[in-house]
Amino acid sequence: MSGSGVDIQPVSCTIKPPVYLHIGDTKADAARSGVCVVDITLPFGKPVNIEEITFKNYYTAYVTVRLLRKNLGPEANAKWWTALRDLPLMDNPHTEGGSQDYCSIHRTQMQVEADHVSSVRLILRQPSSAWLTFGLEHIQIFPHTEPDPEKEVSDWLSDLTLVDQHPDLEGLPDPQTVSSSIQQMWALTEVMQTNQTTASIGRFDVDGCYDINLLSLT
Amino acid sequence: MEEGSELSLTIAQIVQRLKGSHLHSQIERQAKECLHQPEIKLESLKEDVRSFLKTSGWERQLQNAVYRELQLPPSHPTAPPEHLKEPLAYMRKAQASWEKRVLKSLNSMSTELGVPLARMRPPVEQKELTNKWNEMGTDEPDLTRFRPVYAPKDFLEVLISLQNPNHDSSEDVSVRSHWGLIQVPLNVRDIPQLRQAYSELNLTSGQLGIDDHAHIHPGIHKKLVLEQDSAAAQQYSRQGCSTGLRADLWALILNSTNQPQDVMHYEQLTAGVIQHDLLVDNLIYKDVKLTASNDDYYFVFEDFLYQVLLCFSRDTAVLEHFKYNSATPPKSFIQGVIPFHGFSMYVAPLCFLYNEPSKLYSVFREMYIRYFFRLHSISSSPSGIVSLCLQFERLLQSHLPQLFYHLRQIGAQPLRIAFKWMVRAFSGYLSTDQLLLLWDRILGYDSLEVVAVLAAAVFAFRAENLMEVTSLASAEAVLADLSTLKVMPLIQIFLFATAI
Repeated sequence: MSGSGVDIQPVSCTIKPPVYLHIGDTKADAARSGVCVVDITLPFGKPVNIEEITFKNYYTAYVTVRLLRKNLGPEANAKWWTALRDLPLMDNPHTEGGSQDYCSIHRTQMQVEADHVSSVRLILRQPSSAWLTFGLEHIQIFPHTEPDPEKEVSDWLSDLTLVDQHPDLEGLPDPQTVSSSIQQMWALTEVMQTNQTTASIGRFDVDGCYDINLLSLT
Repeated sequence: MEEGSELSLTIAQIVQRLKGSHLHSQIERQAKECLHQPEIKLESLKEDVRSFLKTSGWERQLQNAVYRELQLPPSHPTAPPEHLKEPLAYMRKAQASWEKRVLKSLNSMSTELGVPLARMRPPVEQKELTNKWNEMGTDEPDLTRFRPVYAPKDFLEVLISLQNPNHDSSEDVSVRSHWGLIQVPLNVRDIPQLRQAYSELNLTSGQLGIDDHAHIHPGIHKKLVLEQDSAAAQQYSRQGCSTGLRADLWALILNSTNQPQDVMHYEQLTAGVIQHDLLVDNLIYKDVKLTASNDDYYFVFEDFLYQVLLCFSRDTAVLEHFKYNSATPPKSFIQGVIPFHGFSMYVAPLCFLYNEPSKLYSVFREMYIRYFFRLHSISSSPSGIVSLCLQFERLLQSHLPQLFYHLRQIGAQPLRIAFKWMVRAFSGYLSTDQLLLLWDRILGYDSLEVVAVLAAAVFAFRAENLMEVTSLASAEAVLADLSTLKVMPLIQIFLFATAI
């Protein structure tokens, strides 16, 4: 799961348009392509440690993930590694199961460490001829964040003695102002109780009925 | 590792759903009260409270509630809510436009007849209705101007026109040629897979209702009711429930309790019925009069049907199920289910099992939000009506190709005949004891697939007669009367004795 509590932003990357592969001459295109390659380049000069890749499927049956990793150290040349081969996204390539599902690939599912990645290549396969087109949508890559270092004893001791914590109000008014206005309201009710009248309060009705005459969809 | 994280996600979702439920507060209260007991020691507080909850039966109730929550599909964190209702975009669109049509029809009926969609009853009328609550069937309001909003055959036309824009439906004849009416390529199971999934229905294993003196011990059902084990009850009902205990077993499987707050909820709903009059009520009256009242088996339950259905149309708790139902309720309606012609037949068979209105209501509501809603909404679910229709057609085409071809040639597409059976889950077409045996399996396997299998089995049974007919009308005549059929032998023979 990405972002346990903390909102991790996806890495801004350039997703190249998908390239459909054909055998032989592309002009004599009798059969539709069953293989597609999507290249994703991460920002130049800033290799990423990948936590998760999420996307929405559109009729792709299998996906293979390849990573271009830059090795730090003496030999600083980049090399392509296969992180995941033929992950099935659809139970049956000919039928609808899983065809428009949201999926994610976590770094723990990958066969190599997804660190210092400068480029990701997704190879999509759809062997069935039942579909006119296939691909992936909303591809996002989430970076790996280091977990918080172990809190020392003094840290949580100070947490315990912390007074006056301001809770997350989420748009609610400040408790102090609310309690002061409640005082005023209480005084008002006391006044009302002593001066009771018999006038009716009045409701929002028309001729004593609540006709609903039109059904709406919005 | 991936499975572990999926599991913790599911656990987190279930905890979220159960938090704040009545069961949660009950267990909390029980845990607090048990602290007074001498066996609970401070050093081993957690374990002692846990074992107390286990022995007093609360753990079992929690297990049942979790089991019920597991019925809902897990969702991906980035998926929007409409994706949980229905993952396929074109089906969502089709469902939305179908709903618009139905609503338009309802609105125009309201303006045409001058009847408001909802109005408050004057006090005189309220008093009258309270007095007549147990005999609403004697009331003969003028219903001639009302007509059902739609009938199953209108819905069938919508399903036939359902098409995936990304599907290659070129006219080439190929191995994939489908002779039937449904054009959507959903994944449906064929006989070899069904044999594995429905292995308890094998010809060699005894079924209650057929082999009563053979292998099944009704005593075991008594034990299940005593122990209140929901999952085990579901497993056992796959081979049929004994008639005397069926009511308790179904209530156990559906986790439908009849505690004081359920009775109170039902009474609140009846108060709602007395206070307000909805246009939908007239549709319900009309439907009951047209279907259940005319049926030899169910006319005696007319009053019960009104009591249940009128309350059902006001129950906002039903709105919860729209999270996983591809349908969406209209915004200014109390509760979004609009009855169609034959809707009351979902309730009628249950009247044989439960005679107390609040219990009957509770069981019906649970059955509706688990199974019946799928029979009249467009979705890609394996229990959805679209999958059932496709499965019926595929089974017929694969195993009775001559019959299918013949019927197609004479203009009698099999689905046009079988659709009305499947939409009602055969209620009103089979004799009641057979219908209840069929619904045992729906509950036992938690799926409506068995309805499609039965439809194909009926065609297989009457295949000889059907091969001789020459028109749609005579085909319908051959299949008009199903009341003499025995359901389980038909299903067993079709699944396990068909040559592959």
